[in-house]
Amino acid sequence: MTDASRERVLELTGVSKRWPSGTLALDGVDLAVDRGELLAVIGESGSGKSTLLRLVHRMTEPTTGTLRLDGASLHAEPPVALRRRIGYVSQHGGLLPHWSVLRNVTLVPRLLGWDVERRRRRAAELLTLVGLPVEEYGGRFPRQLSGGQRQRVAFARAFAAEPRLVLLDEPFGALDALTRVELRRELRRLHRRLGATALLVTHDLAEAMELGDRVAVMRRGRLEQVSTPDELIARPATDYVERLLELLPGGTGR
Amino acid sequence: MIHGAHGDARPPAAPGRAVAHRAKSRHGGDPASGSPGRSRTARLVGLALLVLLLAVRPATAQPIVVGSKNFEESRLLAEMFARLLEERAGLEVERRFNLAGTQVCFEALRTGAIDLYPEYTGTGLVSLLGEPATADATTALNRVRRVFLERWDLWWLAPLGFENAYELAVRGPVARELELATISDLARRSAGLSAGLGFEFIERPDGLPGLAEAYGLTFAAVRPLQQALKYEAAAAGRIDVLDVYTTDGRLLREDLVVLEDDRGFFPSYQAAVLARGNLLREHPEVGPTLALLAGSLDEEAMRGFNLRLQEGGESPEHVAADALTAIGLVAAAPETVAAEGAGPGFWAFLWSERATLGRRTVEHLRLVAVALGLGLLVAVPLGLALERRRAVAEPVIRAVGVTQTIPSIALLAFMIPLLGVGALPAVVALWIYSLFPILRNTYTGVRDADAEAVESATALGMSPRQVLLWVRLPLAAPVILAGVRTAAVLTVGTATLAAFIGAGGLGEPIVTGLQLADSRLILSGALPAAALAILVDLLLAVVERRLTPAGLR
Repeated sequence: MTDASRERVLELTGVSKRWPSGTLALDGVDLAVDRGELLAVIGESGSGKSTLLRLVHRMTEPTTGTLRLDGASLHAEPPVALRRRIGYVSQHGGLLPHWSVLRNVTLVPRLLGWDVERRRRRAAELLTLVGLPVEEYGGRFPRQLSGGQRQRVAFARAFAAEPRLVLLDEPFGALDALTRVELRRELRRLHRRLGATALLVTHDLAEAMELGDRVAVMRRGRLEQVSTPDELIARPATDYVERLLELLPGGTGR
Repeated sequence: MIHGAHGDARPPAAPGRAVAHRAKSRHGGDPASGSPGRSRTARLVGLALLVLLLAVRPATAQPIVVGSKNFEESRLLAEMFARLLEERAGLEVERRFNLAGTQVCFEALRTGAIDLYPEYTGTGLVSLLGEPATADATTALNRVRRVFLERWDLWWLAPLGFENAYELAVRGPVARELELATISDLARRSAGLSAGLGFEFIERPDGLPGLAEAYGLTFAAVRPLQQALKYEAAAAGRIDVLDVYTTDGRLLREDLVVLEDDRGFFPSYQAAVLARGNLLREHPEVGPTLALLAGSLDEEAMRGFNLRLQEGGESPEHVAADALTAIGLVAAAPETVAAEGAGPGFWAFLWSERATLGRRTVEHLRLVAVALGLGLLVAVPLGLALERRRAVAEPVIRAVGVTQTIPSIALLAFMIPLLGVGALPAVVALWIYSLFPILRNTYTGVRDADAEAVESATALGMSPRQVLLWVRLPLAAPVILAGVRTAAVLTVGTATLAAFIGAGGLGEPIVTGLQLADSRLILSGALPAAALAILVDLLLAVVERRLTPAGLR
């Protein structure tokens, strides 16, 4: 991922976030995500990884530092417009329970003013891609789906409007082990297929190693190391990373 | 007499006010039927508006409004006034009977909510002017005439010829055993006797306090009792002494000895018409017409008429017609007045009253609908606004919650100086009651709406307004509707009290029935009101189901 032709989608420079309570959640973070890349941020709870993600779609604002999307400051446009260009999947999917699957998936295209035909075509395409054909599932409500199916719909929704970047906040955290494995595979397929750029936040190292083109290890608001999974194993930069890797079950990942 | 016992009519217990959170029913529903959140909201608002529109009354020409207090004689006299004005002067009359006591009636008159009502000179002097009572009839009349005219442009017309003053009566056996004939006799033996006295009598300076001082009376026990119940209590031997009114019909029936007021303590209470000066100037025929009644009734005749109302179960309309015919002022009513006697059974009675009942039900529903509609229009937007300013939400909601602790009857009475009597003050009072359940549920419903759905909707680029209208509001709809149901049931119940301030509705037979201790009459209002509450609740349950988004059912 370090060739010269890379194109920066997201770039964070010297980003810090201090809560009003005085806690320093992020401490001078520099990070870049390239086009087509899936960057996995791994860390314990409280490490600042979720805060990092929330800064990107401006659900919260940094104390210092700059964030750029496609070279332009995030603050160049109103947050609502910014968010429509960034996909998002939360732990339980965050589907609107009173909206059908189809309606959920077409949400962002609708906000962007796509015409009905285009919205439907795109939703059908994505729902097929996640294995939930629109004819069968489009009219269902989230309650009528299993946890795994709901999460698939959430993926379809996040990718529907061809976002510049997709933010994935522990998207497998609430699933059982089997479904989790299945869905990881699916996410990878989706990501490759759509050539999307994604930022994944997780506390599961195996998941980060399996999915991430690069892995960023966070601890107490700082980045310990950012590198490819292979490099991480070969050359852990700190004691913390080393100890972390010892927890990895043998043979996981690549 | 006195009339006007606020305390005599006790509000029925208010229904529970807990905020109801209803469990959502969970059957699947047609997956394809999910319609957009926007139209759900629109339907909710539409429903509220529809309810309001239905409730709006077309304006009509201004009739003369005759009021009465909430006891038989006052209603009878008021009905006589009304009928006389209709039949002899051809005027259009609106009846606002059963107003809760002297203060309510007087405020209504002073503020122009009613044009005239029957009042007693002693009440005017003592209760309304706060002056010392006088036992001299002429002095009392002249005094109130002058002061009312100067102060409020109110006119005392046509003293009707009888007095209805307070008297003390003693159970026959006791009076005979102790040889009591005067209040002075009683004062010597009263320490061993128990008294059942009206609420107002116990408080008024010209009632028990003054009497006790003038005669040195002390009782073994004093029980506050509603007028009609005093007679039952005496008949059952539970009390020995009671305050009675001169013209009470039950004096003709019961074994009671009325004691002579040998020290001339009780003031004079001549019955007369009390009317607004404006009315007399705008309708010059009113004064002379009502003057036809001057001196036409005596105590004996009034006792007879009152007895027919109290025990015969006859309506004031019938008895008033008879009275006017007897005086020779109005020709005999074309319809034969059937004596109802002890009357048919309850269900037959209810059936015979169905037309009146229907009209009262409509009045009742109208009060409830307008109050609830206004409640929705205010409480829902307020709840939504508070959700965005959570720091002030709890204090504001708690403040609104305080309104629930005001006794309904007190709130209704409080409206009178501000808004007069009739439907308007009742609607305002009911509206105030409806606010809290709707506000509380709107706020909690919107605040507690599926947090992750709300967060995701925001994160995907919905504007705050879209989040509110498309997500929070539809998700909160079942909880808000549960609040509306609570408010509706509460309002249907409380609206029965609106009859105390002349708003009509199903409370009217309850108020009258309480005065007469006539359980048949009370039930004829209470049962339909209860049925109505259940019906409204069921109806709103259906609305709630329909407004619950398909995905949540």
